[in-house]
Amino acid sequence: MNISLLLQMAADAGPDRIGLVCDGRRWTYGELWRAAQGAADRLVEMGCAHVALLDESSEAAPIALFGAALAGIPYVPLNYRLANEDLGSLLQRVAPACVVGDVDRARALDPDSGHQFFTRKDFVADAEAAADSASGEEREGEGIAAQIFTSGTTAAPKAALLRHSNLLGYILGTVEFCSADEADAQLVCVPPYHIAGISALMSSIYAMRRIVVLPAFDPDEWLRLVTTEKVTNAFLVPTMLGRIVERLDAGVEADLDSLGAIAYGGGRMPTELIARALEMFPVTDFTNAYGLTETSSTVALLGPDDHRLAQFSDDPAVKARMGSVGRPLPTVEVEIRDEEGHVLPAGERGEIYVRGEQVSGEYRERSALTADGWFPTRDAGWLDEEGYLFLAGRADDVIVRGGENISPGEIEDVLMEHPAIAEAAAVGVPSTEWGEAVGIAVVYRPGETPLDDNTLRELIRERLRSSRVPEQIRVLDAMPYNEMGKLLRREIRSLFQD
Amino acid sequence: MKPGSKLKSAVCDTEVMVIRAAEGSLECGGAAMVDDKADASGELNPDFAEGTQMGKRYVDADGTVELLCVKAGKGSLSMNGTALTTKEAKSLPSSD
Repeated sequence: MNISLLLQMAADAGPDRIGLVCDGRRWTYGELWRAAQGAADRLVEMGCAHVALLDESSEAAPIALFGAALAGIPYVPLNYRLANEDLGSLLQRVAPACVVGDVDRARALDPDSGHQFFTRKDFVADAEAAADSASGEEREGEGIAAQIFTSGTTAAPKAALLRHSNLLGYILGTVEFCSADEADAQLVCVPPYHIAGISALMSSIYAMRRIVVLPAFDPDEWLRLVTTEKVTNAFLVPTMLGRIVERLDAGVEADLDSLGAIAYGGGRMPTELIARALEMFPVTDFTNAYGLTETSSTVALLGPDDHRLAQFSDDPAVKARMGSVGRPLPTVEVEIRDEEGHVLPAGERGEIYVRGEQVSGEYRERSALTADGWFPTRDAGWLDEEGYLFLAGRADDVIVRGGENISPGEIEDVLMEHPAIAEAAAVGVPSTEWGEAVGIAVVYRPGETPLDDNTLRELIRERLRSSRVPEQIRVLDAMPYNEMGKLLRREIRSLFQD
Repeated sequence: MKPGSKLKSAVCDTEVMVIRAAEGSLECGGAAMVDDKADASGELNPDFAEGTQMGKRYVDADGTVELLCVKAGKGSLSMNGTALTTKEAKSLPSSD
């Protein structure tokens, strides 16, 4: 199996159809496929072990992804936002690689590992030049299509491996070939090193939905591209959606009539933001996707109908689903288990386990799968009676106070219902009496009077058990997030170390 | 036949990729499918001439074998003489 099949089929079915638009150039599926074949032969000639992309999104991403696939070596998109030291150590871990993108930086950080360096322009030009005499051969290699370093919000980055069989399992199980209308266009603004950046390329190409590349997210540029390219589909992380809503509120003009669907994921969506977005985009279908790098992207989704039902329902259980990530894909199994690995019934919190063809759970160093193929996600959550999945933070974020497990989410939910509070985070803080106790960090809305500590404690005490009442409280100007909208809890925890 | 392998019709343009493999003979247009078109000979059997559709998945009644049509042709797919049918997948909203 080889993911290059996805691009090959698109190129067979519509060689002259526009597949990708970037920086003013329009690429047909035929041109992309030829460039991928050319790139593959060049990569084999070079004898490199990986293709590392150190660059923003562009046509080079699909050419490198599918070229690497045909060459039988893993595609490794690297996070260009990492500090030099961290990036240098990742470069060493993929040596010898064909490094595409920021060659000056890569060369300075890791000059002696046998890498070969190409600017984006040179890599693409080389691939196109090699296309005429390309062998068209498909090499199997180790069967690994992509290697993605996890963001490492808790520890050193792990090298997650996604096999061709995982990625094809995901795409063939969720996307109907050539199902997009020729006018359809998908705006891709997530960075290429994120799993959503890879799945967006594969899904759009297999559906034959034209990809419109926004190399680096900017809300005004996003709105401009939706207008000029008549974009029909987009994926956003909540922070991006928040910034778009802000710009529209500020009066930025845009024609959003073409925008039929927005999918979002990658971090917790504030209930207020999604409610505001549903009002602002009344005819747009919203889909919330939950997935991990290790699961080849989406494993559960909350579809447009669920959003509308939750928006207009009076039934509290249905309304609450706006805060859920929906139901598992038909091709994926989900279970909630306790610490001993026993499956828990609906309504009980535990760790989310997933299983399916698309689930890799494999790292360069080891596989995290159980003997019967389940992947423990380290995400905490629960299922409701109808099978809707709710997230409750990372399992590692659970606060253990005197032997009692406390999920940060339950405390945060109560705090965020207060009109003066914009954001809240609960973390475990050192406690001489309990080992660990609850600490909260709060961000107030602009212009609101901060609550005193006792009022905050009272808010929790009225609604939850006394063990949830915070021992320590910090007021922040803003929460620390990474660029994908993931809350950096270790930074919040460090505020309580002194 | 193994997952990932590609097979061609001996009597039409159809090509498939094996998603789920099973024991038995895969046919298209009534003739056994081949690895290499050079081995092809024979004519389309009118009993197996409904045509294949690119991008559709084909399964047997038990779901033991599953093929993805990667190139369409005039023949139709069968396993040991029994016609395969298209697998109807539930349509999902795009989440990427």
